[in-house]
Amino acid sequence: MSANLEEILSQGIQALAEAKDLNQLEQVRVSYLGKKGEFTLQMKQLGKLDPDQRRAVGQAINKAKGEFQQKLEVTKVTMQQVALDTRLASEFVDITLPGRGQSVAGLHPVTITLRRISKIFSSVGFKVLEGPEIEDDYHNFEALNIPLHHPARAMHDTFYFDAHTVLRTHTSPVQIRAMEAEKPPLKVIAPGRVYRCDSDVTHTPMFHQVEGFLVDTDVSFADLKGVVYEFLRAFFEKEIPVRFRPSYFPFTEPSAEVDIECVMCDGKGCRVCGHTGWLEVMGCGMIHPEVFKSVDINSDEFTGFAFGMGVERLAMLRYGINDLRMFFDNDLKFLEQFH
Amino acid sequence: MQISEAWLRELVNPSISTKELVEQLTMAGLEVDSVEPATAEFSKVIVGEVTAIEQHSNADKLRVCKVSVGESEPLQIVCGASNVRVGLKIPVAMVGAILPGNFKIKKSKLRAEPSLGMLCSEKELGLAKEADGLMELSNDAPVGTDVREYLALDDNIMEMDLTPNRADCLSVEGVAREVGVLNKMDWNPVTFDKAEISHDATIEVKIEAKEACPRYLGRLIKNVNANAKTPLWMQEKLRRSGVRSLGSLIDVTNYVLLELGQPLHAFDADKLTGSITVRKGQKGEKLDLLNDQTIILDGSALVIADDQQVLALAGVMGGKNTSVTDASKNIFLECAFFTPITIAGKARQFGLHTDSSHRFERGVDFTLQQRAIERATQLIVDIAGGTVGPISEVTTTEALPLRPAVMLRHSRIERVLGITMANEDIRQIFTGLGMDVEEQDDGWCITPPGYRFDIAIEADLLEEVGRIYGYNNLPNSSLLMRSELAHSEEAVLPLARVEDLLVDKGYQEVITYSFVDEEIQKIIAPNDEFIRIKNPISSELSVMRTTLWCGLLNVALHNIKRQQNRVRLFESGLRFINKKEQMVQQRMISGLLLGTVFAEQWSEKSRKVDFFDMKGDLSAIFHLNNCDVQYKKTLHPALHPGQSAEVLTRQGEIIGVVGMLYPTLEKQLGFDTPVFLFELDQALIFEKQIPKFETLSKFPSVRRDMALIVEEKIAVSEITDCINQGNEKVIKDILIFDIYRGDGVDDGYKSVALSLLLQDDKETLTDSEIDAIFVRVLETIKSKISAKLRD
Repeated sequence: MSANLEEILSQGIQALAEAKDLNQLEQVRVSYLGKKGEFTLQMKQLGKLDPDQRRAVGQAINKAKGEFQQKLEVTKVTMQQVALDTRLASEFVDITLPGRGQSVAGLHPVTITLRRISKIFSSVGFKVLEGPEIEDDYHNFEALNIPLHHPARAMHDTFYFDAHTVLRTHTSPVQIRAMEAEKPPLKVIAPGRVYRCDSDVTHTPMFHQVEGFLVDTDVSFADLKGVVYEFLRAFFEKEIPVRFRPSYFPFTEPSAEVDIECVMCDGKGCRVCGHTGWLEVMGCGMIHPEVFKSVDINSDEFTGFAFGMGVERLAMLRYGINDLRMFFDNDLKFLEQFH
Repeated sequence: MQISEAWLRELVNPSISTKELVEQLTMAGLEVDSVEPATAEFSKVIVGEVTAIEQHSNADKLRVCKVSVGESEPLQIVCGASNVRVGLKIPVAMVGAILPGNFKIKKSKLRAEPSLGMLCSEKELGLAKEADGLMELSNDAPVGTDVREYLALDDNIMEMDLTPNRADCLSVEGVAREVGVLNKMDWNPVTFDKAEISHDATIEVKIEAKEACPRYLGRLIKNVNANAKTPLWMQEKLRRSGVRSLGSLIDVTNYVLLELGQPLHAFDADKLTGSITVRKGQKGEKLDLLNDQTIILDGSALVIADDQQVLALAGVMGGKNTSVTDASKNIFLECAFFTPITIAGKARQFGLHTDSSHRFERGVDFTLQQRAIERATQLIVDIAGGTVGPISEVTTTEALPLRPAVMLRHSRIERVLGITMANEDIRQIFTGLGMDVEEQDDGWCITPPGYRFDIAIEADLLEEVGRIYGYNNLPNSSLLMRSELAHSEEAVLPLARVEDLLVDKGYQEVITYSFVDEEIQKIIAPNDEFIRIKNPISSELSVMRTTLWCGLLNVALHNIKRQQNRVRLFESGLRFINKKEQMVQQRMISGLLLGTVFAEQWSEKSRKVDFFDMKGDLSAIFHLNNCDVQYKKTLHPALHPGQSAEVLTRQGEIIGVVGMLYPTLEKQLGFDTPVFLFELDQALIFEKQIPKFETLSKFPSVRRDMALIVEEKIAVSEITDCINQGNEKVIKDILIFDIYRGDGVDDGYKSVALSLLLQDDKETLTDSEIDAIFVRVLETIKSKISAKLRD
């Protein structure tokens, strides 16, 4: 290598070392490797040499150039790394600070419960129907085999608008409306608001029920029991002892109350279950032939079952809520617990 | 109904524990709500007899008694009760006895006289709330026996909650019959010897209302001793059934009611005039009832009357004027069957509820009256003496309830209950329940007894089989039904999706009462015709809401009072409006917004919400259903006239309203910050446009901006309408990016900056084409709404 070439290389290396940032480094690259760069000029002068010298000198230039390029690359990588490290260090944030933006609210626990119930039943093909809340006497009582003066009417503390118009006392009228509109087979659940003229620690004048019913050619009490068991297991997400107790509803026969083992005390007896170990959660039974008659369904051809449950009660048991009235106070501190 | 376990076990006594018995009854449909001991705990109280009495030398009111308790020596006990006398049998708490309330009896001295125990009153034994003197045991009480044993106090009171169809179990006999069937054993109906008839005087009975009173029995019993003391055993049974002792004659009628389920009434025969008539009351007739209430009849109630006055509200309560008293000598005993439909609702109509009406409206055995009147007669004669006249009976057989046989088919048991049962088991169940069973080829023909008002159809018999067999012993089957694929209606936006969107935008769902305060209702929606509840629970909940805002505003106030200063709420539910005499029930979704846009946070300067925050949230809903809506300025009595709008579909149907609460209302209701409200008709937001694919253009789009000076009164929608009306197919979108007022813009004018996004499907737009469109658009705007291009 000529003294001149060595001089260029060492100056070049010196320049690389003196470059302070990637910009200066680029200038150094241009002044040595660019079109008018030192190494390029050297290569251009090759043509002036004797052909027998040309090859050796060319090799020497390429070697020096190669060495320079390698050093340049190393310097560049180092500098990029330093630049990145600097940026990363300067862009540090306190990731423990809260995020920005709109907070998310929640659904009312009754809606959450209604949605779960609906989902469980609609997964096996139950259709969800709604009905009017101001209801006529016929659909709320008569068609459900509760004629005027029936003692069962005294059990429904009814709100009246006039002699024939009431606030529905249960969701059962939807059963009648559904069967009037469509012929069996039918699988329906009807969630919604119901009203009773009663207000104390354990009663609110408005609450929610889910009515469900199934009508087909061969439906038995065993099917009812099976559906209720499976529903309660799905709802509480555990095996839960269930018992069926004979009871009375004018619109079902046979009728039953369904008790579950108290979920608060596991059946040991506590204040919530009145020390019986059991909690009443729904009423049910086989649809009464009189009800079928009122909607013109032949009860020899079709049988069916119906059930009804209180939504607030199920929500209270599921979430351990101890005061029914909280549902309608709508205190945000209460509601916010059900995200 | 309250029932004594010991009394029940007198009639049927299966060898099962109290707990098992209660469980058995509950699971057979006769729910036992609670079981309490009949008497408070006490011990070492013995039947004693007072054998001698001396006055205490040192105290006027005390006496020193010798009391025999069956030991060799009588005990000396000091006593202050006024009814203490020689020969009296009384409960004696011995030294070491513990009385209710953990009261321990010790040896003591009363004013120097030693006393070895205590003579007890009913109160001290926890048998009564009040007592005036010692408890007097009957003369034949065996001295030395434990009082608990003698009075059979180790008993339980079962509180039963019977369903209205099981009137047959409203008596000790009725429950005993059930227990018999459940344990497959016989039970012992009450037996007694009829009293001898010893005179032939009667009072004539006339039935005018034969349908209402198919059977009426009356009997005159003369010369009774109305002051006779009710025997202790009867008092105790009444007490344990929750019935107060009111004198022996009334006690007997109450006793028979409890024992057999037949209500009876005793009149003071000397206060009756002429004959007895069962008839409908006449409008305006008055009756002073036993409970000191005076009722005025309306012509629908059934009454018992004599020739002068109304004596009783039939099957409900007797009148005061003719009731038996301590002075009564001759009594007329009534034992009737009134049909359920006659009595139903009558007691409630007069604000009454009696043991009698409770039974008659549910159904009393119409074959029971003979036996019941004989039982009552026998008890009266045993206790109060008297001479017995013949029974005058008026029965209208054709008016009595029918008990037609009901067919129960083999096949139905299997189909409805899912079990098969042996002939013999079926027979045993029904005969045990008092029914007549006749076997047929395909099942059984079953005739219910008079006391079963609830067996009319096959389903009723199926319930009996299931009940006695045990619901819990019936099989469970997995869902037996046809399956269909679920529908997935894409053109319907589910409510849940809209609710979830609002929740994600920070709106908390609430559920408020559908009935609201009339005052609030009138303030919020003065033009809506609301529907009033006839029997509201309170004035705050007396009318049906015509808007969900009533409830939302209430909830907002409730929470503001609890230090919440940022409230976002929504509710979904019905509103109720009277429209042309029609009660319209409309499903709405409504929201309320107040406070700051964001919850206070470290990084963002917050501001209060405004109209456009709420409008933005609504736009998100309409984005879900792919529906184009328009906002039209509106006047709403509850909303700020400058910040309220109707939301309409493209077809012009009103979806709802949105706006700021009217400033004076804001103050009147108690807010100190602007409140924004919306209410939308669910029916119109759930119609969803199913997306339809459009080819994507391959050619570049171009944006052209313009700033227009328009009069302040010109709405931006008027500008965009102008552009849209030009029907330029290549204008794909219009964006409003600035509204400016101030320097360079005259007062009363504003500058609206907007950009047009232009794109063609078939070619790249040239500059000259774009310029031409731009000029056309500008000309339209200039001519229609006098807009100027800003320099």
